[in-house]
Amino acid sequence: MRKTKNWEYSPAPESTDHIKLKKQYDLFINGEFVPGVEGRYFDTINPSNEEKIAEVAEAGKADIDKAVSSARKAYNKTWSKMLPKERGKYVFRIARLLQERSREFSVIESMDGGKPIRESRDVDVPLSSAHFFYYAGWADKLEYAFPGRVAKPLGVAGQIIPWNFPLLMAAWKLAPALATGNTVVLKPAETTPLTAMKLAEVIQEADLPPGVVNIVNGGGTTGQALVNHRDIDKIAFTGSTEVGKYIMKAVAGSGKKYTLELGGKAANIIFEDAAIDQAIEGIVNAIFFNQGHVCCAGSRLYVQEGIADEVILKLQGRMDTLIVGDPLDKNTDIGAINSKMQLDKIKMYVDLGKDEGGTIYQSSCSLPKKGYWFAPTIFKDVSQSNRIVQEEIFGPVLAIQTFRTVDEVITKANNSPYGLSGGVWTDKGSKIFKVTQDIRAGVIWANTFNKFDPGSPFGGYKESGVGSEGGIEGLMGYVELV
Amino acid sequence: MILDKLLYTKPIDQIGAQERVTRLFSRSIKKDSKVQALHLALSMIDLTTLEGKDSPGKVKQLCYKASHLHDSFPGLPNVAAICVYPTMVSIAKKALEGTEINVASVATAFPSGMADMNSKLDEVKSVIDAGADEVDMVISRGKFLRGDYQYVSDEIAQVKDACGDTHLKVILETGELVTLDNVRLASDIAMESGADFIKTSTGKVSPAATPAVVLTMLEAIRDFQTKTEKKIGMKPAGGIGKAKQAIQYLVMINETLGNDWLSPDLFRFGASSLANDVLMQIVKQSTGYYQSKDYFSID
Repeated sequence: MRKTKNWEYSPAPESTDHIKLKKQYDLFINGEFVPGVEGRYFDTINPSNEEKIAEVAEAGKADIDKAVSSARKAYNKTWSKMLPKERGKYVFRIARLLQERSREFSVIESMDGGKPIRESRDVDVPLSSAHFFYYAGWADKLEYAFPGRVAKPLGVAGQIIPWNFPLLMAAWKLAPALATGNTVVLKPAETTPLTAMKLAEVIQEADLPPGVVNIVNGGGTTGQALVNHRDIDKIAFTGSTEVGKYIMKAVAGSGKKYTLELGGKAANIIFEDAAIDQAIEGIVNAIFFNQGHVCCAGSRLYVQEGIADEVILKLQGRMDTLIVGDPLDKNTDIGAINSKMQLDKIKMYVDLGKDEGGTIYQSSCSLPKKGYWFAPTIFKDVSQSNRIVQEEIFGPVLAIQTFRTVDEVITKANNSPYGLSGGVWTDKGSKIFKVTQDIRAGVIWANTFNKFDPGSPFGGYKESGVGSEGGIEGLMGYVELV
Repeated sequence: MILDKLLYTKPIDQIGAQERVTRLFSRSIKKDSKVQALHLALSMIDLTTLEGKDSPGKVKQLCYKASHLHDSFPGLPNVAAICVYPTMVSIAKKALEGTEINVASVATAFPSGMADMNSKLDEVKSVIDAGADEVDMVISRGKFLRGDYQYVSDEIAQVKDACGDTHLKVILETGELVTLDNVRLASDIAMESGADFIKTSTGKVSPAATPAVVLTMLEAIRDFQTKTEKKIGMKPAGGIGKAKQAIQYLVMINETLGNDWLSPDLFRFGASSLANDVLMQIVKQSTGYYQSKDYFSID
């Protein structure tokens, strides 16, 4: 037999020539970029090579005061008084500008957060502009969303977003708030502030009245100051369940409304009549999408016993073909872990999984030397009693269990403090309906996973959160119905 | 009985398969990897002419082209084979004397397969006697669609018997099987019954080779290898005319079956116009300029 020499894909990096980044970013308050009162800056780095990209102003209590009061002024004077259809035009303008600058946003998102350009280009950025488009459309149609009621804005919303989908989460938060007439103080995550600062430029360009959107950066202390500010009417948070619990306590009795989108430990269920090759893709997409930094990641896999060996063998083969590396390379499937802190957490859980007696398999892919990297990993031979099955790891680590009957797998899927999402794979429609009705989770995908649309609500049961984002339901978190 | 062997055939989800195709086809193949892929693609082509108007003159010209793809550009491989109708086998064989290029002949009442078993076997024997190195047979799609899988299996096994050591490619004519479930089942039947290669189409039915069909067949080949350790070849045919498509299929093989299949021994393109587009790309990669089509010979 003739033997060909191995065919390796040459590097295909997305160009960064067109990216304009400043060395230093200030706070965005009252329509302008202003330095923080205390003058402190922190670095934001590229997790794929640990190089500093820029430094960003850290907001203290005094800055939060300024931001909230500018949001309050904008709310009272202009935004809440504006005709809804005019408000809608501004949101449409943001959507269009974002779409026009999508290439720039994708590259910066991948540089600052480590996610592969394929995802930022095909998922994060287009979904972000789609979200603005969707809610812009609702701005002057709220009477149809809530027939017979009047939907009034709440006032000033404090919004805190995570680092896994920086721009997309900003869009999820800003679009419904603005469309319904609220003004906003938004705090991006500490490790991924750059696309939010770019979004501030877009908001300036869209000529939004000053103070309607204010963006302040910082870590936990900054977030705390925002949550506890007296003149905030609503807190919207996406992030860890731990912080979500803190927020619920902090706002208790204050009259502030809140929506929380928290952790998850989704069950992804493969029945023996499933289309196996497509299910393998589904498993990969469910747990390795965005390095597993996804609150709705399918991190608990349940495979019916009769096909377990075949599924695991095929999954391992597929894991070996995943390309892990430079986030800006168009062929990269899996990028860098977002931060050193997150990498340490993942390593801790993988060590724990081994100590607990799980059988580990890791992709044979090569990893870059510099930066934060973790190979796609699965654990077999684990049970509901293993901590790696119970707790959210937020990384590319999958825990696999087998099951025998439909009832058994439903019971086990529900046997979790979380209830954000789930997946079911079967050729049989009746089984899909049974499973989706009986599993207590906000979204369940059938024969697919991690599909999002602005028109579809997203939110969790139990410790996965309170309230929904997306769709008509997403409007409810920002209005008072009278 | 063939059905006993096919219990492992699983359903295929059309939408999921299409998604996987989109993902594979979005790979960006540049620079060295592109040049390597283009050379590889060229070496995998079964240069084909299957028309009622084929004549000895036409076939001789095609055979010359097969071994002289673009003589002004040295270092190019030859195509893998010439694919012709049975009456042209001896002419092609003679024209290709002294080269390593194989002669493949369609047989078994190509393209419809609507003939009795004896005449199909006679045809197979006659093309082998005429010197064919490879036989491309068609399955009886009518029998398959009415559920007579045993018939389909038996006919493949009998043709394989008649072929002996001659390489057998089994054409499923996926455009008539319609669903991916059928494509998968027919692939499994063909491999279990003795096929050396499985091939999508005759080129006479639309659609011919579609990406989702090729993916489904490659996955069937992979699963058959896991089960039996036998390596079956694959040949998409019809509708592949552009170098870009060829590279996309190479990505699909690379990530489904691995490097072993990146060889003309296990993968072929059935195509008439692909070679010139690949040649044009190879020259472009070397000179930086696209030449007009008129600089590449048409035979």
